[in-house]
Amino acid sequence: MTVRDALNQALDEELERDEKVFLLGEEVAQYDGAYKISRGLWKKYGDKRIIDTPISEMGFTGIAVGAAMAGLRPICEFMTFNFSMQAIDQVINSAGKTLYMSAGMVPVPVVFRGPNGASAGVGAQHSQCFAAWYGHCPGLKVVSPWSSEDAKGLLKASVRDDNPVVMLENELMYGVPFEMSEEAQSKDFLVPIGKAKIERQGTHVTLVSHSRSVGHCLEAAAVLVKEGVECEVVNLRTIRPMDVESIEASVVKTNHLITVEGGWPQFGVGAEICARIMEGPAFNYLDAPAVRLTGADVPMPYAKVLEENCLPQVKDIIFAVKKTLNI
Amino acid sequence: MRKMLLAALSRVLQGPAAAARPGAVSEVSRVVVASRNYADFTSEATFDIKKCDLHRLEEGPPVTAVLTREEGLHYYRTMQTIRRMELKSDQLYKQKIIRGFCHLYDGQEACCVGLEAAIKPTDHLITAYRAHGYAYTRGTSVREILAELTGRKGGCAKGKGGSMHMYAQNFYGGNGIVGAQVPLGAGIALACKYFGKDEICLTLYGDGAANQGQIFETYNMAALWKLPCIFICENNRYGMGTSVERAAASTDYYKRGDYIPGIRVDGMDILCVREATKFAAEHCRSGKGPMLMELQTYRYHGHSMSDPGISYRTREEIQEVRSKSDPITLLKDRMVNNSLSSVEELKEIDVEVRKEIEEAAQFATTDPEPPLEELGNHIYKNEPPFEVRGPSQWIKYKSVG
Repeated sequence: MTVRDALNQALDEELERDEKVFLLGEEVAQYDGAYKISRGLWKKYGDKRIIDTPISEMGFTGIAVGAAMAGLRPICEFMTFNFSMQAIDQVINSAGKTLYMSAGMVPVPVVFRGPNGASAGVGAQHSQCFAAWYGHCPGLKVVSPWSSEDAKGLLKASVRDDNPVVMLENELMYGVPFEMSEEAQSKDFLVPIGKAKIERQGTHVTLVSHSRSVGHCLEAAAVLVKEGVECEVVNLRTIRPMDVESIEASVVKTNHLITVEGGWPQFGVGAEICARIMEGPAFNYLDAPAVRLTGADVPMPYAKVLEENCLPQVKDIIFAVKKTLNI
Repeated sequence: MRKMLLAALSRVLQGPAAAARPGAVSEVSRVVVASRNYADFTSEATFDIKKCDLHRLEEGPPVTAVLTREEGLHYYRTMQTIRRMELKSDQLYKQKIIRGFCHLYDGQEACCVGLEAAIKPTDHLITAYRAHGYAYTRGTSVREILAELTGRKGGCAKGKGGSMHMYAQNFYGGNGIVGAQVPLGAGIALACKYFGKDEICLTLYGDGAANQGQIFETYNMAALWKLPCIFICENNRYGMGTSVERAAASTDYYKRGDYIPGIRVDGMDILCVREATKFAAEHCRSGKGPMLMELQTYRYHGHSMSDPGISYRTREEIQEVRSKSDPITLLKDRMVNNSLSSVEELKEIDVEVRKEIEEAAQFATTDPEPPLEELGNHIYKNEPPFEVRGPSQWIKYKSVG
């Protein structure tokens, strides 16, 4: 099942399960979704549950948050998270902080979802990763699926969560098929928010990643195993609250840490992981400084060769592993 | 006749615990004083109210309003309570017992009391940061409001919100970011329509906020989807230090909704506000979509307690509004001149209100601050307890929703 179909199935199941759930965003209804994630849903659920909005991010995001405050469970789609910047005040100040400011009186059960980060040749203004921006803010939950199971389980868990959840999908992953376990095919399949998954067991080095980069880590691991290096690949699944314990447990085992992400290096997800490892028990188990692989510290260029070299590739991961292990 | 009445009242008031009620005697005499005049009061009167300017409407709210004695006394008491509460807040702020931002509502009382008089408790309301009056009319006690301002655990948000973040049932604050509450209000209206329970949402903003882009995005969606939302612009002539003429190319705020019908209302006359709101509420409830109301009002204080309020307007102007258009005086004069009440009766209400405010202030200044443990709470709802990081890795707080 592709990530797209998994998301579609999750939306369908949650819309069916709870009357209060509805989807709003640009082109989500009659166009079947800009990236076809909501295909068929408007036909099935109609205008009340699947709402096409005008191009008014700040307005419709505020509307989604207000609806959540009044007892509905909206799913607010951003065509890409780049456009969420126009509405970021509503996400952080209205959605993220209200439960705290009201001392628990006003919960905001809203899901903000859409593609995040780089795509292919879409240029600088359409390629930014917002994991660090939203991950910075208390009051929000931030999830970042990689596989179809991640996508389905995390979306369902996000909709059922009573808190504002930012779900950072990836456009290049939408068309990628994955095996779905028996369990994952159930209508009540949930992936817990706040728990990382070990995608591959290993002993020599820990590779921590989220979203598309998880795939690159697994590819690198497949190459490295031929040289006798066993990589442990940790799929974060959730950016906030981050499952630091899983990373620490892995580092205690492997003694080496490399973080891999698509976002920019400064103040990013990898930076946070390194800081947290320093503060915890795993620091004493490191045999080498922790390493970060990130997007290049530039706005995303258009030309293919330039764009490719602005994101961590499999060869970069392999290089970093060998450098860290001194081989 | 009066003797019988007195005797009956004494019996009723004394009741089973008469001996233990020190106030019983004075209560009786107070009631007797009132009852002496009761026969002299009328039960209701009809008043002419200013005609509203209309935009895209053939007819507007009625030009007369009926005020019952009961309603009048209630409105008077409520407005006076808000007035005194705000003045007490001024005092506490100058004593540095209230910190940070404090935006006072005195002068605008007819707006919040008039709006509330026209809607039901099951309707919804959201406003910006000049919200103490609304926190009160939507059901929060003066005690809880003042204690929130002083940052104590007995505050309506346990001291964690402060002046701009007070909430109650069907009252969504208290919002600090200018204009952000307007899309929120339309979202609440969307929920009203979605649930189909005939409820509406009053979405308030000021003349300053009226120039925010997100408000126009909201007008568009509210009209498109016929959301049961009354957009209400409280035009108090100044957005902080900027007069309306210096901020807006069009100061006809009731027309700014363009395709949305609008009315301009005398916001200093509580009956005008009430009748206009009833009119707008009827429009929304009948499924016709949103409406816009501009309430022309005035704030006596500056924008906030940091603003003396006289660098951009004259003391004469403030004084003129106070002497000619004060909402409480307007109501008082109407009631006294039409035998709905007397100067003495209203004075008694003043005394009671003063007492209530004093007691609330006493509570607000003696209640303890929230315990340090509260710092980490209310990050997530319905979440098993977890740890929240403090200023260093060694300082952790437990968080429960």
